[in-house]
Amino acid sequence: MLRFFLGRLAVLIPTFLGVSIIAFSFIRLLPGDPVALLSGERVMSPERHAEIMHQLGFDRPLPIQYLDYIGGVLTGDFGTSIVTKRPILDQFFSLFPATLELSFCAIVIAVVIGIPAGIFAAMKRGSFFDQSVMGVALVGYSMPIFWWGLLLIILFAGILQWTPVSGRISLMYFFPPVTGFMLIDSLLSGQSGAFKSAVSHLILPSIVLSTIPLAVIARQTRSAMLEVLGEDYVRTARAKGLSTFRVIGIHSLRNAMIPVITTIGLQVGVLMAGAILTETIFSWPGIGKWMVDSVFRRDYAVIQGGLLLIAGIIMVVNLVVDLLYGLINPRIRY
Amino acid sequence: MTKKLTIAAALLAATVMGGAANAKTFVYCSEGSPEGFDPGMYTAGTTFDAAAHTVYNRLLEFKPGTTETEPGLAESWEISDDGLEYTFKLRQGVKFQTTEFFTPSRDLNADDVVFSFDRQLNTNNPWNQYVAGASWEYANGMGFPTLIKSVEKVDDSTVKVTLNQPEAPFLANLAMPFMSIVSKEYADKLEAEGKKEQMNQMPVGTGPFAFVAYQQDAVIRYKANPDYWGGKQKIDDLVFAITTDAAVRYQKLKAGECHLMPFPNAADVEAMKADPNLKVMEQEGLNIAYLAYNTTQAPFDKVEVRKALNMAINKKAIVDAVFQGAATEAKNPIPPTMWSYNDAIQDDAYDPDAAKKMLEDAGVKDLSMKVWAMPVSRPYMLNARRAAELIQSDFAKIGVKVEVVSYEWAEYLDRSKAKDRDGAVILGWTGDNGDPDNFLHTLLGCDAVGGNNRAQWCNEEFNDLVVKAKATTDQAERTKLYEQAQEVFKREAPWATLDHSLSVVPMRKEVEGFHQSPLGDFAFEGVDLVE
Amino acid sequence: MTDTATVAGIGTDPSLKARFTEFWFYFSENRGAVIGLWVFIALVIVALLAPWIAPHGPAAQFRDAVLVPPAWEEGGRQAFLLGTDAVGRDILSRLIHGTRYSLFIGTIVTTLALVGGIIIGVIAGYFRGWVDTVIMRVMDIILAFPSLLLALVLVAVLGPGLTNAMIAIALVLQPHFVRLTRAAVMAEKSRDYVVAAKVAGAGHLRLMFKTILPNCLAPLIVQGTLSFSNAILDAAALGFLGMGAQPPTPEWGTMLAEAREFILRAWWVVTFPGLAILVTVLAINLVGDGLRDALDPKLKRS
Repeated sequence: MLRFFLGRLAVLIPTFLGVSIIAFSFIRLLPGDPVALLSGERVMSPERHAEIMHQLGFDRPLPIQYLDYIGGVLTGDFGTSIVTKRPILDQFFSLFPATLELSFCAIVIAVVIGIPAGIFAAMKRGSFFDQSVMGVALVGYSMPIFWWGLLLIILFAGILQWTPVSGRISLMYFFPPVTGFMLIDSLLSGQSGAFKSAVSHLILPSIVLSTIPLAVIARQTRSAMLEVLGEDYVRTARAKGLSTFRVIGIHSLRNAMIPVITTIGLQVGVLMAGAILTETIFSWPGIGKWMVDSVFRRDYAVIQGGLLLIAGIIMVVNLVVDLLYGLINPRIRY
Repeated sequence: MTKKLTIAAALLAATVMGGAANAKTFVYCSEGSPEGFDPGMYTAGTTFDAAAHTVYNRLLEFKPGTTETEPGLAESWEISDDGLEYTFKLRQGVKFQTTEFFTPSRDLNADDVVFSFDRQLNTNNPWNQYVAGASWEYANGMGFPTLIKSVEKVDDSTVKVTLNQPEAPFLANLAMPFMSIVSKEYADKLEAEGKKEQMNQMPVGTGPFAFVAYQQDAVIRYKANPDYWGGKQKIDDLVFAITTDAAVRYQKLKAGECHLMPFPNAADVEAMKADPNLKVMEQEGLNIAYLAYNTTQAPFDKVEVRKALNMAINKKAIVDAVFQGAATEAKNPIPPTMWSYNDAIQDDAYDPDAAKKMLEDAGVKDLSMKVWAMPVSRPYMLNARRAAELIQSDFAKIGVKVEVVSYEWAEYLDRSKAKDRDGAVILGWTGDNGDPDNFLHTLLGCDAVGGNNRAQWCNEEFNDLVVKAKATTDQAERTKLYEQAQEVFKREAPWATLDHSLSVVPMRKEVEGFHQSPLGDFAFEGVDLVE
Repeated sequence: MTDTATVAGIGTDPSLKARFTEFWFYFSENRGAVIGLWVFIALVIVALLAPWIAPHGPAAQFRDAVLVPPAWEEGGRQAFLLGTDAVGRDILSRLIHGTRYSLFIGTIVTTLALVGGIIIGVIAGYFRGWVDTVIMRVMDIILAFPSLLLALVLVAVLGPGLTNAMIAIALVLQPHFVRLTRAAVMAEKSRDYVVAAKVAGAGHLRLMFKTILPNCLAPLIVQGTLSFSNAILDAAALGFLGMGAQPPTPEWGTMLAEAREFILRAWWVVTFPGLAILVTVLAINLVGDGLRDALDPKLKRS
């Protein structure tokens, strides 16, 4: 196990370095000049421009800039935003809980609905239920979620007025962020109605963000179950007269869940990509929206730091999933 | 940890207090996140609304709803006869805000004013670079480092500013957000604690509202400053709910989640006006959108060609399609709300047939050109693409083929400056200080060729007029010069003037006392909620 | 797993017709796939005949008909079946022309990703060693980023526009092909027919592309359909974020981005472009599922 872990780590480090080089070189290639953008329509004199470039260190040779940058990253300094002039790591930590909360709810929805739906669809293979579930799943899988989000806003926030349009909590409630997770903070605040408000703000974006993972998990669960149900030992169990429930519950589920867990782990990347769109549509103050805004503001430093942090998170999650896979899969020994 | 606790305690106190009395909370659905809270470092209106107009004051202020200046932190001032020395007498008994993170021990004095200037102008001031990449764009853009010779404290309540040359718009410049007066005492405290960057995150000023908390990209909270020299505000709490999408802002306004919003979608204005719970204020903004020809590029170097193209543009169609009527057609390069606007000038009438003939007479055949469309929406031009497409089909009618091009915004700004640029550029300008110099000289003067002067147009007659006006202090004299300059402009047609957008501010019916600023600011001093 | 030979083929019977018959037998068992195929064919026809079917030009502006609702709504007009947008362009015509863009995007991106992925994958799988290590590390790096984020930043680097969006999407989709190809090549390399060809003196190139590759095609075809629909979705997302095709191109995502400001006032400008994306992507995914079932022996068995 330890050897496996170390082996993965040995792969992770060069990959992370590669990621940092890509993140670093991307933003040097970005057209448009972040310094010029600072002044908008107002033209900046070339001397002034050069001065600011110098202040920001953009006039030094690239390898030196890179070494400087990677040195900073290793000591936890991801640089400073060009626009807000605040440290990137600070901003990341203040925004990340919002994304995490949203992603967590989305994945919970996806798992809670997707896995049972997949199991039942597999058990009743070919039935109307199976076909409907798989049909819906395929529609979900094909969904342009930015459009789906707009439709839900029109319907639930616009016409029916059941949910708020955007944001994380009603402005009536105000309490200091303790954990950064609005659901927890609203409970801690003790203000009546705060939790309900936080939930109502979370519903639409979570549904939108869960759409694709839900479809993928339902499909994956179904096919994993089908495979397991076709195995000899399940047939044997059935022949022994074990009830369908017991067969599913004890024998098949555990084995079927192995690929499903991997699938769930792989959804982290999907969620991050989805968060970019979902957060933009719902004005959700998370890192997805932060990245999009930064791309449009040409905030070099934020794009660079954000890419690195996000890729880092995905890599770590994938590592954890790999380890988990090893733990639950008795057939794999490292 | 202690910091967290004090904040928590303070917030608790705030909520308890708020809950006890029927606190009036005013919610403004702002269009974006502020870049920071130190107005000197930034140029965006969003930042100024969040920092300068809430927390801070300036020596002079713009009278609410106008471009005229009135005394602010300076009670009075004297200008020497040569126009070089400005002596400001400061208002007495002005208190800085007491917040959870700072308690002032003294009133505003000359040290604060001198510090506020010096940190922007003097690169050796320890606060000149207090955060990485601090650049005082407005102070530099307005030429302050070369314009201002010295800023001295005469006594505790008197400050003398000496200029290197007379500059008529100087007083108006001092009323601009970037010249907000900060507390030297607070700065010293932060410096001693090694937390300088807090100046940009937790501001302390003399303004009507005190900063409480900012949750990034979501909410900014303020409370009324009880010690405000202009009197405590009628509302108790002010909240900026950051809502980037205009349709969403409208939705929140309708639902009563906010009381006032900026920049509605033009498409929604009709419905807003019809809504009994809302009211809508409209005013011509201090802006201009234009199509700047490159006057050094053939055949656009010929006045007749530029005139002909101007005559072919159906401005009304642009106003209708882009603004749904929420704009006026522009005939002059300055907006009608600005003094010295020359209303006697006749616009080139929309007449494709005459335009076609004029082009033929000028010997121009099979002309094809590029029209640059901005990639972003600005108040003066909500959708440049759409405008460009309209111009494209207008020009097609007189046999001119148009290719619409666009670049990413920073690149657009940069490339459009080039003297050898190919094509005509859609761009615009929003006034900073309400002075015509800020349009006519800044955008069309000879110094600005290769820079702000996107038409690359250097006309001696025009330039002489605007340069002379800049150095003249007598307003009547200046008005005359600017009126003449506008005549020259119209005759020479370096731009097709497109529109001045109306700034439309929808709000709940219960909002009282909001003054729409021609400068495009959203300032909430004096607002009230009346049920 | 036992009979991988069937992947290759369906290859026991050399005649093309028989291969196809077998394939079609499995494919047509899947009703959804057949429907998807028909829809897809219809879309291709619409795309090819766009200028002739569309009632109006995609850029034609009717200044007297701005934001006209669909024909069946009150105030709608027969001339504009699905209504018009903010500058009076017929939405139906724009959607019809948009079909061209979406299918074009899908085709180009898939081709780019497929060809690039196959070449790189075959090289990695065939040569192994440090070449393989370097290639796979680079692929890991690309896969470490969320695809849309990477595409977004790439487009920001290259400049917004359809071409650049396609390049960016192809780049982020391509590692999947590399991995698939490599795995397949590695599995095939040690098989008898390859060894035989090697002994017979076949060169590297011939071995890689003529001998091994045709036997790894099945999973690549399935992945190809998946990429096709992903490409359309990602391009639309980039268009929606303002980084893809630029207006006035009638690309569906770009149309949605333009329509956003009318979300509460004119539902039709928002609804139809999204629906078009959904239907197209769904059709392709249905076909993809059918292909997988027909080409994957594992599922065939169960």
